[in-house]
Amino acid sequence: MITRLLPHPLLTLLLVGIWQMLVNDVSAGSLLLGLLLGIAIPILTSAYWPNRPKLRRPLKFVTYAMVVLWDICVANLVVARLILFRRNASLRSAWVVIPLDLTSPEAITVLAGTITMTPGTVSSDVSACGRALLVHCLDAPDPDAVRDDIKSRYESRLKEIFE
Amino acid sequence: MELWPDILIAAFLVIGGFFGLVGSYGLIKLPNPMTRLHAPTKATTLGVGGVLIASMLSALFDRGVLSLHELLITLFLLLTAPITAHFIAKTHLHQNVRREDLPDTGTGAPWASESNRDIGSGKGVSE
Repeated sequence: MITRLLPHPLLTLLLVGIWQMLVNDVSAGSLLLGLLLGIAIPILTSAYWPNRPKLRRPLKFVTYAMVVLWDICVANLVVARLILFRRNASLRSAWVVIPLDLTSPEAITVLAGTITMTPGTVSSDVSACGRALLVHCLDAPDPDAVRDDIKSRYESRLKEIFE
Repeated sequence: MELWPDILIAAFLVIGGFFGLVGSYGLIKLPNPMTRLHAPTKATTLGVGGVLIASMLSALFDRGVLSLHELLITLFLLLTAPITAHFIAKTHLHQNVRREDLPDTGTGAPWASESNRDIGSGKGVSE
């Protein structure tokens, strides 16, 4: 019964939250309308989610978001310094290949997005079999260290959350 | 009205403006398309972030309301910026980068933008 009414509880929660932000006001009326939308939309669209991703540990996602937000701030400072104070000729930009342990497409998408937002790396391509990411580094004296850093800092956390 | 909220708001606006400027400057200064992609994906995030924080503080102190629109803008920005960057990188890989210049995937399969390149050029299409 509860799974039929709420086929996707996290989506419901997300929709209610986004509705409050859109209305820009938390009141009983907007909460009720948000809840109605949050219940109706997952039910109406559940047919299009045959293999919807399961978050094994949703709370870990909060820690992950905090880590990423902090890294985004650091990334901005690092890249700003590289742009302002380094001559182009001394930038050692490089391609880095990241072999993936993650298998779910959603987890890989989140990882690729994280890589793009964080220090000096942009994810550019995925291998045809979906088991390696191609990442471009703005300044990487040691490409292997970049790869290990991404695997230990982000991928291991995502693996706990998604798989 | 006290002075310190104004100073705080102004500080965030200056931080935001500074990073926006650095991101735009990097777009001109860096040497090739792939490195240029780094400037707008990073420096601009903090640029927009600074302005959004200033906007929330201004709503809180000047009008006394909690404004949530800015959080929504942040969320959508974090969702769309990597996807835009990925599209630009893919286009660049398709058009300007030769297969030999990329490292091997290490899995036996080619990169996704290579595996269907022949279809686009009409070479690999079977009868």
